Amino acid sequence: MLNLTDGIGKRLLAVALGVTLAAGSIAPAFAASQLLNVSYDPTRELYKDFNAAFQKHWKAEGGDDVTIRQSHGGSGAQARSVIDGLDADVVTLALESDINAIQKIGKIKEDWRTRLPNNAAPYTSTIVFLVRKGNPKGIKNWGDLVKGDVQIVTPNPKTSGGARWNYLAAWAWANEEFKGDQDKIKAYISDLYKRAPVLDTGARGSTVTFAQRQIGDVLLAWENEAYLAGEEFGKDAFDIVVPPISILAEPPVAVVDSVVDAKGTRKVAEAYLQYLYSDEGQNIAAKHFYRPSKREVVKPELLKQLPDIKLVTIDDPLFGGWKKAQPEHFGDGGIFDQIYKPGAK
Amino acid sequence: MSDNRRTFRSPADEGFFTKLALVALSLVFLAFFLFMPLVSVFVHAFADGWDAYYEALIEPDAWAAIQLTLTVAVIAVPLNLVFGLCAAWAIAKFEFKGKAFLITLIDLPFSISPVISGLVYVLLFGTGSLLGPWLKSHGVEILFAVPGIVLATIFVTFPFVARELIPLMQDQGTGDEEAALSLGASGWQTFWYVTLPNVKWGLLYGVLLCNARAMGEFGAVSVVSGRIRGLTNTMPLHVEILYNEYNMVAAFAVASLLALLALVTLALKTLLELRFGAGAAGGRH
Amino acid sequence: MTASATANTAGWRMKQPSIIPGFGLTLGFSLTYLSLIILIPVAGLLWRSAELGWSGFFAILTDERTLRALYVSFGTAFLAALVNVVFGTILAWVLTRYRFPGRRLIDAMVDLPFALPTAVAGIAFAALYAPNGWVGSLFMPFRIAFTPLGIVIALIFIGLPFVVRTVQPLMEEIDREVEEAAATLGANRFQTIFKVLLPGLTPAVLTGFALAFARGVGEYGSVIFIAGNIPYVSEIAPLLIVIRLEEFNYAGATAIATIMLLISFAMLLVINLIQAWSRRRYGNV
Repeated sequence: MLNLTDGIGKRLLAVALGVTLAAGSIAPAFAASQLLNVSYDPTRELYKDFNAAFQKHWKAEGGDDVTIRQSHGGSGAQARSVIDGLDADVVTLALESDINAIQKIGKIKEDWRTRLPNNAAPYTSTIVFLVRKGNPKGIKNWGDLVKGDVQIVTPNPKTSGGARWNYLAAWAWANEEFKGDQDKIKAYISDLYKRAPVLDTGARGSTVTFAQRQIGDVLLAWENEAYLAGEEFGKDAFDIVVPPISILAEPPVAVVDSVVDAKGTRKVAEAYLQYLYSDEGQNIAAKHFYRPSKREVVKPELLKQLPDIKLVTIDDPLFGGWKKAQPEHFGDGGIFDQIYKPGAK
Repeated sequence: MSDNRRTFRSPADEGFFTKLALVALSLVFLAFFLFMPLVSVFVHAFADGWDAYYEALIEPDAWAAIQLTLTVAVIAVPLNLVFGLCAAWAIAKFEFKGKAFLITLIDLPFSISPVISGLVYVLLFGTGSLLGPWLKSHGVEILFAVPGIVLATIFVTFPFVARELIPLMQDQGTGDEEAALSLGASGWQTFWYVTLPNVKWGLLYGVLLCNARAMGEFGAVSVVSGRIRGLTNTMPLHVEILYNEYNMVAAFAVASLLALLALVTLALKTLLELRFGAGAAGGRH
Repeated sequence: MTASATANTAGWRMKQPSIIPGFGLTLGFSLTYLSLIILIPVAGLLWRSAELGWSGFFAILTDERTLRALYVSFGTAFLAALVNVVFGTILAWVLTRYRFPGRRLIDAMVDLPFALPTAVAGIAFAALYAPNGWVGSLFMPFRIAFTPLGIVIALIFIGLPFVVRTVQPLMEEIDREVEEAAATLGANRFQTIFKVLLPGLTPAVLTGFALAFARGVGEYGSVIFIAGNIPYVSEIAPLLIVIRLEEFNYAGATAIATIMLLISFAMLLVINLIQAWSRRRYGNV
């Protein structure tokens, strides 16, 4: 645990320290800079790789040894922790509205979205379907989700960032299908959520429900989660179906100003986020099935696994950006609350 | 079931088949609700063999979680032990107004949802509170750091020792102490040489249960932990995280350590009962 | 409790001045510690919810989702406690009256739910009762995990020792002669059990029920993994508190926590009343 391996004396010291201080390695004395990246659920594997790459890069640039700590959880829960005092240097969350919530209490400056390219989203993603092998229910598009006895698995849009993108993607399809007829769109969404036997609180929980517990016919998932589930649970267990239309999910990143200024880590924190946009950062993102914002720097074979489909953005007039969409659809008494009513079963 | 070999069954006894049926019913019930869950933890943990199990436990984040869990227990249990002794001394050896109410207050954490136990500290030390920002500006971290986890753990394990000792010390009355004091022993000597030996098994029992709960607490800790890997993840939280990473073997491996802890607790408790009689350790939990 | 203890306590009620020292110190420390750990944080919660005002508080409480979550929590806890009363009493009977191989082991294992961390129980039950689990697959297409029934299963596990451990000591104290007298007077075994034995056990069974129920209402760790967490159907109140926090809705979380806190306080009072009543009526629990 303690890196004092040179010399037997130091080793003894380390043992003594370890014995007398059970907390020895929990609160180590760190001279070098330390970053805490508070992120959402599905980015664990991505940041594991990226952090290693950044540490090397930072050292090569003449920086000190930087330790990067990760915290993962539901996007909303993570934002709440930061608001209540979790000292994150950077936040890399699923939703702009979660970072806005942190900004509202003054920990992040208002211009965070313009400080980095591409609305501060270094990578994007979309929502696809994960179905059982051979696609027994013949699911090709959003309309097929409400046919027959199809059961869907999705997390709860009230708590999960990914689930909100699921909902918006379905809405975007329905808007095209029903030519903007509000009643028909709502009827479709309502039907869709009646078919969810489980509403987990996070994207990860849903994947476990679908893949491990064998519940439901189709999982609405982040594109990267769908591929990851395929890898984790065996490629012969599932098929990925990419619908012709979906949503452009932009998981944003930001430096938490109040924390980096207090800790004096602004420089390394900013470099950390900048590096997400570098050639290496973009390739790592693509490797983990995130859609890079700078396609031109990414190896073609990595791009091949991310097929081109029609992607509707949150800033489309249909949704009017997060500031409008969040309260309208997911707020207390919003559209989701109206259509998701008891007695559905 | 040797009783049943008697030719004439006592009228105050059930028939052999009734007994058999009741025992069988109990065993089936326990199989579904106690034994199978316990066995399944170990089966899942060893699903990929011993090596995978070992790998999961020596992984640095798992190791850090184990250390944090031990640290938290090492702080929380002695504090609750001291409190338990003080409270039991005051309640059992003296009569005062509001005693029943005090006992009810001590019991309160038993019936409060663990989530609420965590929430009260979030409200007390969070950004919206008066205390949190002030402490923060003085460099004191409570929430999302080790102190918050310790506080939440103390909260949920608060009554364990006190609740074990109060009835025990009440039963023993004050005769021994009065005798010692009249023979010239100091108050401290009386406590150390008279009271403590009288209650030591009950005390040990309370500590055992307090420790098991302290190491296993999930709900309260999950509300106040920042889930920083290798820093503020306790073992139960680490189990949840691994579970959510589709890493079932590792999740159940860490879980199996906790299950092992539970089994050791039960074994020690049974030993205590054998040694000291069921009455000593049969208090309410 | 022994006769001498009762005499001693009775002696103290006469307010004789005590020669035992340390009252101020122990009570002082106990009250300070109690205030710091429990009272101030809980008061903070109540304070926060008072800020909502009566109408704000009421609006959150009467929200349909809140009501359903409370209904799910209380309903499943009630059912689980009921199941535990039946099986717990049978189990206590089997453990006190019958001798069979493995009895000691089973007696020790009954306390497993006290010692096993709730998160471990949660993932074990989810794995076991899921449609592809050992037990869950037996019952397909009928679903156990991810329905309210799954919650009941987890809560049966959590509450079992409360019933067994409150009923068991009383069963051990039953005088066999009473049963034999009943039998001599012409009662059959069934009548003896239901007319003579069970009424005497009622207070203990009620206490066990109340304890299991109170614990079940607030349970979080073991439930969330197996519940399915569908709003209005299988979403428990403690989870709704966590969800409200994740939505940055502190008012909502606080209000639900407050009502649960008040109910658990009421439950504690009821438990104490049952025990006081039974002490008056039957002497001892």
